[in-house]
Amino acid sequence: MKDSPTVIANWGNYPAVQAVVKSFKSLGEIRKLLDTGAKFALRGNGRCYGDSSLHQNIISVLKYNHILAFDTTNATITCQAGVTFDELIPLLVPKGFFLPVTPGTKYITVGGAVASDIHGKNHHVDGSFGRHILSMDIMLASGEIVTCSQTNNQELFQATCGGMGLTGLILSVTFRLKRIQGNQIDQISVKAKNLDEIFELFEKYKSSTYSVAWIDCLQKANALGRSLLMVGEHTIANNPGPLNRPGWLSIPIYFPGWILNKVSIKAFNFLFYHKQIRKVKQATVSLDTFFYPLDFIENWNRMYGRRGFVQYQFVLPLQNSKDGLRKILTAIGKNGTGSFLAVLKLFGKQDTGFISFPMEGYTLALDFPMRPGLLEFLDELDKIVLEHGGRIYLTKDARMNKQTFWDSYPSADKFKTTMKRYNPDFIFRSFQSERLAMTKL
Amino acid sequence: MTVLILGATSDMAVALAKGLSARGHSLQLAARNTNYLLSLKSDLEIRNQNDVSIHTIDALQFDTHQSFYDSLPVRPDVAVIFFGYLGDAAKAQTVWDECKLVIDTNYTGAVSILNIIANDFENRKVGVIVGVSSVAGDRGRMSNYIYGSAKAGFSTYLSGLRNRLFHSNVHVVTVKPGFVRTQMTEGLKLPPVITGEPTQVAIAILAAIKKRKNTVYVLPIWAAIMFVIKNVPEAIFKRLKL
Repeated sequence: MKDSPTVIANWGNYPAVQAVVKSFKSLGEIRKLLDTGAKFALRGNGRCYGDSSLHQNIISVLKYNHILAFDTTNATITCQAGVTFDELIPLLVPKGFFLPVTPGTKYITVGGAVASDIHGKNHHVDGSFGRHILSMDIMLASGEIVTCSQTNNQELFQATCGGMGLTGLILSVTFRLKRIQGNQIDQISVKAKNLDEIFELFEKYKSSTYSVAWIDCLQKANALGRSLLMVGEHTIANNPGPLNRPGWLSIPIYFPGWILNKVSIKAFNFLFYHKQIRKVKQATVSLDTFFYPLDFIENWNRMYGRRGFVQYQFVLPLQNSKDGLRKILTAIGKNGTGSFLAVLKLFGKQDTGFISFPMEGYTLALDFPMRPGLLEFLDELDKIVLEHGGRIYLTKDARMNKQTFWDSYPSADKFKTTMKRYNPDFIFRSFQSERLAMTKL
Repeated sequence: MTVLILGATSDMAVALAKGLSARGHSLQLAARNTNYLLSLKSDLEIRNQNDVSIHTIDALQFDTHQSFYDSLPVRPDVAVIFFGYLGDAAKAQTVWDECKLVIDTNYTGAVSILNIIANDFENRKVGVIVGVSSVAGDRGRMSNYIYGSAKAGFSTYLSGLRNRLFHSNVHVVTVKPGFVRTQMTEGLKLPPVITGEPTQVAIAILAAIKKRKNTVYVLPIWAAIMFVIKNVPEAIFKRLKL
């Protein structure tokens, strides 16, 4: 029987491609797939935004999803690549543990967390996911299984953290957990009038475990950078109530493209900023509310319509952050391509991954609905990012040109050399890796 | 309760095992290849802290079935059988070994082990047997009638068994999943509206055990589809290319 391709897209619904997706549950099954001689993209739960895990042939790790060990004494867990964070949380939290690092959605796999070397609201204190990995097993293109860690097969480890699944198939990962006492978050939210003020606030709250700001991209002049900072700490006391509220909203269909326009986005941003009247507000909120506010809305990506959207996330080195952000926010304001959601965060030092995204400085993530002219506009933003020594997050990327990538990731060469050693025929690849000439001799 | 799952490596069986384990039941997982079951066992035990044991059974080794059942640490309260092999329909028409494999996996092997379990349940006057059959057994169609006929035989076996064991307080459920997105159907173009997920099959089975249902179509639309297919007059049906 011949396999028929289906349409596959990641979270941004752009690009959507025809692909044959195969999964595996055992080492025998994965070896059989590799023996076919096809080239594959490796894919988890499809929460990257662009084409990082897309190719004509895709191997899905979702069925390779067992928890192999959970050591409560040493606070470590070993999971196969397909285990998702949303399955781990209800297991960990009642026993007094939490994920060491989590992104803004819990619907990601452990394998994806490694391949993207994900960061969270605690990057400035805890680094990215790679820092917490004790060991991982990787199946190379040859079918051989190699164990690596920060001290063992270090180069493979550094190339695999943030390596977009190009070094090999991450089979299982042992990582350290965060010990917590309560199952909620004590949150403080503070309003900032403009960019200067939000920068001061990030500095002021540097010792908070978690911090992130929502920023209104449509403000201009003195109000440029108007934002709301949210910082949080795990609570001491436990709330005996239910841990997980199920998703209470769902977007059942793709919205027509015009629903998100300048007026509706302005209205949303206005409400978000002004719903809090006081300058500083304290609250105790659930883990879901604090970490995964958008997970409450199932398929929120459909709000951007069938054409999808591009999430543009960049980081700028600390000394250039304010200047660069001002230029980029001004460019966005002029262009009128306001982003529904824009998230600002101060990263700390980054210590893992040849091509991991974070660096010390400010990162901004913006959503842009797909429309004619957008790609050209983003190329303009790329120039500003490059001029200020910054770079673009590969996990969100769907459109960057290869020159931008090679100019902005200083260890890209080292990554490629190492990756080639373990994946010499580029059996593991993606449309992104081809576009960025990562898997090209 | 303790649930024996036969053919425990299939996607539907795994979904059921997860559902049962999360509800606090003990599991006996049996399959030909137990490598996969080892990691499944650790996963279920870590998540839910209840007992999971692993056993080897080959549907085609009929003479081992009695000793397999005798070796179980405790007698199960529920037995769910997922033995199934879709095979290559075209190949099965010309290659006898392929044809026999389809028949023996879906029918002979299942009957062999269920005879043993049925006798035990009948003696103990308790238990539920769940057989996973197929809508393909409802009427023979040119595209997969060998698989369909094996499943038809199995469905008939289950209805007879249900009749027999009713008088001993043992219940028998026939499950007809319809299209399900599993590894077995990966790469096939399945119409999304009438294709279920393994977890839906698991939920349907859990409900069927609880409510003592007889025949279950996992997606209700399949009952309607098969009603139509079964009622097309043969004179017309034979002309169709189904």
